[in-house]
Amino acid sequence: MSGYRLREGGTVDRARPLRFDWDGLTLTGLAGDTLASALLANGVRVVGRSFKYHRPRGVMSAGPEEGGAIVTTGRHARRVPNEKATGIELFDGLKAEGQNAWPGVRFDIGEVNDLLSRFFAAGFYYKTFMGPGRGTWAWMQFEKLIRRAAGMGTASRDPDPDHYDIAHDFCDLLVVGAGPAGLAAARLAAEEGLDVMLVEQDFGLGGRLIGSAETVEGRAAPEWLGAACKSLERVRVLKRATAFGLYDGNVVGVYQRLTDHLANPDPQAPRGVLRIVRPRRVLLATGAIERPVAFGNNDRPGVMLAGAMETYVNRFGVAPGSRAVVATCHDGAYPAALALARAGVSTTLLDAREVPPQQLAAEAEAEGVRLMAGFVPIEARGRRGVRALQIGRLTGRGGEARSERELGCDCVGVSGGWSPAVHLVSHRGPKPAWSDELACFLPGATPAGVALAGAARGIWQTDAVIANARAAAAEAVEALTSRRPKAAAPAASGGWEAPIRPLWEVTVEGLKLKSFVDPQHDVTTADVRQAAREGYASVEHMKRYTTLGMATDQGKVGNVIGLALLADALGQSVPETGLTTFRPPFTPVPIGAFAGRARGHHWQPERRTPMHDAQADAGAAFIDAGLWKRAWWHPAHPGEDLNTAYVREARMVRETCGMVDVTTLGKIAVQGPDAAEFLDRIYVNGFARLPVMKCRYGVNLRDDGVVMDDGVTWRLAEDEFLVTCTTANAAKMMAWFENLLAFRWPALRVHVASATDQWAGVAVAGPRARAALGRALAAGDVSNEGLPFMGIIHARLRVADGEIPVMVARISFSGELAFEVYAPAGFGPAMWAALIEAVRAEGGGPYGMEALGALRIEKGHVTGAELDGRTTLGDCGLGRMASKTKPYIGKALSGRPEMARPDRPQVAHFMPVTEGETFSIGAIVCREGEVRGHGIGWITGVTAAPALGGGWLGIGFVAGGPAAWEGKTVVIADPIRGRETRVRVASPHQFDPKGERMHA
Amino acid sequence: MLRIPCPFCGPRDHAEFSYEGDASVTYPPLDAPEEAWFEAVFLRENPRGPAEELWHHLYGCRAHLIVERDTLTHEITGARFANPAIRAALSGGEA
Amino acid sequence: MQRYNALSVLWGGLTGQKNWQPVWGRPQPKSAYDVIIVGGGGHGLATAYYLAKVHKVRRVAVIEKGWLGGGNAGRNTTIVRSNYGIEGNTEFYEHSLKLWENLSHELNYNVMFSQRAHVNLVFSPGHRDMTARKYNIMRLNGIDGEYWDRDTLRRRIPHLDFEGRFPPLGAYVQPRAGTARHDAVNWGFARAATALGVDIIQGCEVTGFVREDGAIVGVEAVQGGREYTIRAEKVGLAVAGHTSVLAHKAGLGKLPIETHKLQAYVSEPIKPFLDCVLVYGGVGHFYISQSDKGGMVYGGHLDMYPSYAQRGNLPIYEDVAACCMAVLPALGRVKLLRQWAGVMDMSMDGSPFITITDIPGLYLNAGWCYGGFKATPGSGYCFAHTIAHDAPHWANARLTLSRYREGRLIDEETTGPTPKLH
Repeated sequence: MSGYRLREGGTVDRARPLRFDWDGLTLTGLAGDTLASALLANGVRVVGRSFKYHRPRGVMSAGPEEGGAIVTTGRHARRVPNEKATGIELFDGLKAEGQNAWPGVRFDIGEVNDLLSRFFAAGFYYKTFMGPGRGTWAWMQFEKLIRRAAGMGTASRDPDPDHYDIAHDFCDLLVVGAGPAGLAAARLAAEEGLDVMLVEQDFGLGGRLIGSAETVEGRAAPEWLGAACKSLERVRVLKRATAFGLYDGNVVGVYQRLTDHLANPDPQAPRGVLRIVRPRRVLLATGAIERPVAFGNNDRPGVMLAGAMETYVNRFGVAPGSRAVVATCHDGAYPAALALARAGVSTTLLDAREVPPQQLAAEAEAEGVRLMAGFVPIEARGRRGVRALQIGRLTGRGGEARSERELGCDCVGVSGGWSPAVHLVSHRGPKPAWSDELACFLPGATPAGVALAGAARGIWQTDAVIANARAAAAEAVEALTSRRPKAAAPAASGGWEAPIRPLWEVTVEGLKLKSFVDPQHDVTTADVRQAAREGYASVEHMKRYTTLGMATDQGKVGNVIGLALLADALGQSVPETGLTTFRPPFTPVPIGAFAGRARGHHWQPERRTPMHDAQADAGAAFIDAGLWKRAWWHPAHPGEDLNTAYVREARMVRETCGMVDVTTLGKIAVQGPDAAEFLDRIYVNGFARLPVMKCRYGVNLRDDGVVMDDGVTWRLAEDEFLVTCTTANAAKMMAWFENLLAFRWPALRVHVASATDQWAGVAVAGPRARAALGRALAAGDVSNEGLPFMGIIHARLRVADGEIPVMVARISFSGELAFEVYAPAGFGPAMWAALIEAVRAEGGGPYGMEALGALRIEKGHVTGAELDGRTTLGDCGLGRMASKTKPYIGKALSGRPEMARPDRPQVAHFMPVTEGETFSIGAIVCREGEVRGHGIGWITGVTAAPALGGGWLGIGFVAGGPAAWEGKTVVIADPIRGRETRVRVASPHQFDPKGERMHA
Repeated sequence: MLRIPCPFCGPRDHAEFSYEGDASVTYPPLDAPEEAWFEAVFLRENPRGPAEELWHHLYGCRAHLIVERDTLTHEITGARFANPAIRAALSGGEA
Repeated sequence: MQRYNALSVLWGGLTGQKNWQPVWGRPQPKSAYDVIIVGGGGHGLATAYYLAKVHKVRRVAVIEKGWLGGGNAGRNTTIVRSNYGIEGNTEFYEHSLKLWENLSHELNYNVMFSQRAHVNLVFSPGHRDMTARKYNIMRLNGIDGEYWDRDTLRRRIPHLDFEGRFPPLGAYVQPRAGTARHDAVNWGFARAATALGVDIIQGCEVTGFVREDGAIVGVEAVQGGREYTIRAEKVGLAVAGHTSVLAHKAGLGKLPIETHKLQAYVSEPIKPFLDCVLVYGGVGHFYISQSDKGGMVYGGHLDMYPSYAQRGNLPIYEDVAACCMAVLPALGRVKLLRQWAGVMDMSMDGSPFITITDIPGLYLNAGWCYGGFKATPGSGYCFAHTIAHDAPHWANARLTLSRYREGRLIDEETTGPTPKLH
C-alpha cells in the first residue's frame, strides 16, 4: 500500500479537482496541493532517481530541503529542470516528469550503477581515468561518459520565453517567514505603526500551523491562524516570495514567483520578480529544518521526515501510507505520530530514548500510537517502496544497536532533531554556535539591525515562539521609534519536555548498511568515514571530497549529520570540526530573474546622435562604438558595400568635400577663473596662453605617464573652455576631471560639466568645404582671414524654417581644409539637412567611420587604436608636444627608464613591397628571418589609400620608429589569418607633410 | 549591497558609486620627483580593516566622498565630501 | 606513495575502501625547516612539491592558516589557459599550461584537466581586429590559437544568441585551454608533496617573522592556541589576497597590490549544455563553463571595491546575469545554486610577481589578480626555482617587482595602475 487521500481533513479544496500530467500519466489532485502531495495522494512512490546510483527515490520532505522528488516541469522552451515537487503548487494542466533516468524513473537502466556502487565510493574518480598514455586524452574520453551520466535534469536550449522584473523595495521592518513567529511579529510591528513587509516562500501563510490540530495561545490553531492572517491589512504580504540572501547593508534579496502556479498566465506578465529590499530592520522568522537519522536504506520511497508526514496529513489531507513507523530521538516528532494516528493510520513510534516524555507518551498512547521506547530503525526493506523496517535497540551512547525484529510498514517517518534555519544570517559571515543541549546550531552573533525569532533561534513550543517573536518585533519598534510596546519577555531556547538524545546514525556490528546522509548526491555514512580515513579531515575537505551538501538543497538535510559523523570519526567534538559556510541563495533562483528586463536589445542602451535618423533614412549602415551607433558608410546606391563605399567616400573628401557626424565626441565644459591652470596641469601642452576663440589639440597622460586621451579644446572665453575628448573615453575623462578637482586640487576654482549630449557636431572636410559652408551659413565669415586654422567663430546656419546659431571651428582630422560645426543638440537634424544640401551642391556627400579611418591613416593621425593604454607620447610620435616649462600629470613617471628607451615601438606607416598585397590589423611586425616571439611592432590600422597611390597602407608601431627602418623591409606576420606580407616602413607623415591642404 | 550615506543624497546603494581608490594617498605636487610619484601611484597600504576610501557618486550628485569603511566587515562608519570647500559650504562654514 | 589506478580502485571496491592510506597527515610544526612556504593554497603546495621534487630540498613546510586549498585555490572558476600577449606573461603561462597537460600523471591524482577549448567571443570588427594581435603573438610563440567566424560559431555553439544587442561576430579560440578540478589540484599537490616529506601544517597562522641581521630566518606561528617559533633558511609568501597583511609584518612595506573580491557562481547541475569555456569581454564581462558534475560555473567583473571578506554582493551579479542572458538566453530558467567570493591580490598592472625581495631570506609570490588558478603548476615551479637558486627561472624572469619602477609594465588589459580594472 502507498499514500492516499484521507476522507477528510487538510486545507485543500476538495471541491476543486485539478488534472495534471505526471510522467505521461494523467492524475488528479486538489487545489491547495503541491505536486508532492498530489503524487502521494495518487499512490505514486517512485518520483526521482538519484544522482550517482540511480536509486529509486520518493517524496522525502514537504519543503525546500527535498532530496528525493526532484523533477522537471514544463515543455519546450519553458522546461525547468531540477524542481522540487514539494515546492510546486498544483494547477490544472501542470506537466511534470521524472529526470536523470532512462527510459523513466519507474524503470531505469542506470540502476545498474547501484549494483556497482561499491566501486563508486567517495572520490573514486580522482584515483583513476588518467590513462592510458600521457596527457589528457584518456581522461577526456572518460569525461564524456561521466558528464553524460551526471547533471540531473535537462535544460532547454531555446531562449527563455518569459521575462522577469526587478523591483526595489524599502520598509521599516522586513519579516522573513510567515509561520507563527513571523505572523505574530508582523502584526505587532504593523499595529505599532511600522511599515512592515512579510515574505513567505510558500503559497500559504502559517507554516506548520496550516491544518494543525494543536492549541495556540489557548485557541485552536486554525482559529488563531485565521485571526493572525486577518490582522495583516497594513502589512505588505508577499507569498511565493523567498528571501534568498541577506547581503551587506542588511539588503535582502527576495525572489517572488508570479506565474509558475497559474494554468493560463497572462503572456505579458513577468514570470517572477527579483525584489531588492532595503529594510531598516530585518527579523528572520525562518523556522527550523528537520533532519533525519541515517540507517540502512533510509532513502527508500516511503521514508520521509516525520514533520513532512505531519504536514501531508494536516495540511493536504494525505496519508503517506496505511502503516507508519515514526522513528525519533526527541519530543518534536510526537505530533507527527499523533496526526497519523488521528488520521487512521496504524502508527508505531520508535523513541530512541529509554524513558520517553511522560505527558507526550500518554497523549500518543491515548490516540492509539504504539510507542516503543529505546528502539531505533536499522534498515528499511523493499526496493521501490518500503514494505518493512528492521528495528533494534541501542546498545551504547552513540548509534550502535542490536538488531531485534522486523516491523511491517509502508512508510517511515524519521526525525533526528531540528536545525534552526540560520542560513540568511550566516550569509553575512557570523558562524552559528553549536548547542550541546539542543543538539543543533543556534544563530551566533547577529549583525546590527538583524534579529531572529522563534524556531530559528531553537525555540520549540509554539506559544513560546510567538511570545519570542512579539518581543523581537517590540525591540524593532523601540529601535525605530524609541517607543517600547508591551510584549512578554523573550523566551529561552528549547522547550521540550525531555531532552533530545542525539542520534546521527544507527549502526549494527557486523551488518553492512547503506545509509545515506545526502540522498541527492548519494553520499553515505561510509563515504564520510572513508573521507576521514583518507585524511580529508577538515569539514570543507570532506564536503568537497564526498560532495555532501553540494546538491540542490545545499546540505539542508545532510550537513549536520555528516558533520557529526566526521567529528565522531576524528574523535573530536562538533564545534571543533566546524561547519561549512552557508551561501546565497537560500533556495535556487532562476538566473533570468537577476537579469530582469536587461534582455536582448534592452541589455544595454543604444545611444543615437540627433542626426542618426537623417542618416539612417538615407540608407547609412551603422557600427557600434561603445553604446553609440555611428554611421559606418553611406551607400551611394542600395547595395554598395563597405569596401567600395569607403574608398569612394575618402576620395570624395580629398577631391571635393564630405561631412561626417562627430556628435559622439566627449565634450566637457570647463569653467572658472582657474580653468586654464587646471588644463595646464592635465595636458602635456599648455592652454594658459591660448587666445579666446581659438582651439588647440591636446594630449593628456595617466599618472603613470602612459597616454590617456587626446582631443581639441576650445577656448570660448577667458574662463571658459570646451574640452573635447575621444568617444570611448568621454565618461572616464569627465570622472577624472571631477576626481582631480574634488580630491587633489580642491583649491582650484573650476567647475566641470558634461556637455556631450548638449551639442550636435558635424565635420565638413575637403577642398570645397569652405564653399559648402559659405552656401549654408546665413552669417559668419569662414574665409582664411575670418576663420584661420584652429580659429572659432559664432555663426548662423540657414535651415528650412529660419536660422540656427552654430559654432564653427577650423579643425582638421582628415588633413583637408576642414571645419567642425556645432549646434545645440535639438537643432541637430536641421543642421544635418542644411549642411548636406550645401555639401552635395559642392559635389560632396556624407562619409562614415570607415572613410574617416582611411583619411586619418593616410594623414598619420593617431586614435584610440594607437593610444591603447600602453603607449607613451614618444611612441605615438607626440613627444614634441610635451611642455618643457611646466609640470603636468604623468610627467614624473614618464621618465622611467623603460618608458624612455629609444628602441620602443613607435608609430609608422607600412606599405606592401608587392603592390596589391595586403595585411590586417592585429598582425605582428617582425624582422626578416625572425618571424617569432613578440616581434618588433604591430599593426593598428589598414586601409586602401587613394591619396597615396591607391595601394594598401598600414599604420602601426615598429621598434625604434620609422627612421630606424628607412629603406629596409620588415615582415608582417598574421598566422591567425594565415598571411605573411613584406612591407616597407615609412614616416607616418607622408601625406601632405607640410599641412598645406588643411591650412589652405 | 553596501549602503553609503552620501551627505548630499542620503543613504544610497553602492551601485550608484564608483570606488576611486585609497583616500589616504597624498598625491605629491606635479613637479615632485619620480620617487614620490611612484609611491603615490603604485604602492598601497591595502589595509585589512578600517580604511578611508574615495568614492564617486557617479549616478547621484557626482560628489567625491571619503568613505570610512572596514574592508573586512564592510561596515561603513562615515562619509564626507572629499572637497573641503564643499564640506564647509554645505555644513555652514566648518571645513 | 600509494599508487592510484583502476586496479587500486577495483581493489578498494572489493575491500570496502579500507585499502586507502591517508593523503596527508596532521603534522605538528618542527623547530626548523630549510624552506617554509606561508600559504597552503595551490601555489604554496605546488611550490613545496617542486622544491622537494626538482630541487631536492629535504625539509619543507607549508603553513596554512585555515584548511589547505581553502582560499582562491578552492573557490575559482577553474579555467586554465595561456592566451596572453605580453612578454612576461606569454612564456610564463604557456610553461604552466605545459605542466598542466601532464599534471595528473605527474601527481598520480586525476586533476581532471579537460582541454575543452577557451572560446573568446568578439562582437565588432574593431574588437576582432584588436584581439587578433594577442592570438598572433601566441602563434608566434608556439601557442595554439585560432579564429572561428560566425558560421563556425553557429555550428559549434548553436544556442548562443546571435540576435541581441551585441551579437557575437566570431571568436578567438585556444583549443588546448579548458578547465580542471580545483580541489583535485590542491589535493594532488598536497598528497604528492607529503609523500616527498613535506609537512603541511593546517590551522596554523603566521603571526610574525624571525629576523636576524636584517634577514628573515623563520616565522612565529600559532596553532590551536599554541605558539611556535619555526626557523627556516628561506621563507616564501604565497598568500594571494592577504599578501599585504603579511608583507607589513615581514617589513616589506607597501606593495603594488590592492585586495579586491571576485565572485563566482554555480547553477544547479544540468545535463551537458556547453562543451567549452565561453568568454564574453566587451560591453559586459562574463565567462562560463560546465563542470563535470553538470553545474554551470560562471563569473564576471570584480565587485569593484577592496575587500577581505569572501562574500559577494547583488549588483555585480545582476550585471553578470544580464550578460549571461545576452550570451546564452536559454539559461534564464536554470537556477543559481550558490554565489561566493574570493579575495584577490589585484596588482597595479594586472600581472603577478614571483621574485626574491630586498629582505634576505624572504621570497614573494603574489599579484595574481583573478588569474592564479591557471598558473598553479607554473607558479609553484618557478617560485621553487627562485627560492632554490635565488634567481628566477626563465619563465618568471620578467615577473619582477622592480618592473613598476622601471616602467616595464605587463598590462594586458591596458587599464594602467587601477587594480580594480584589470
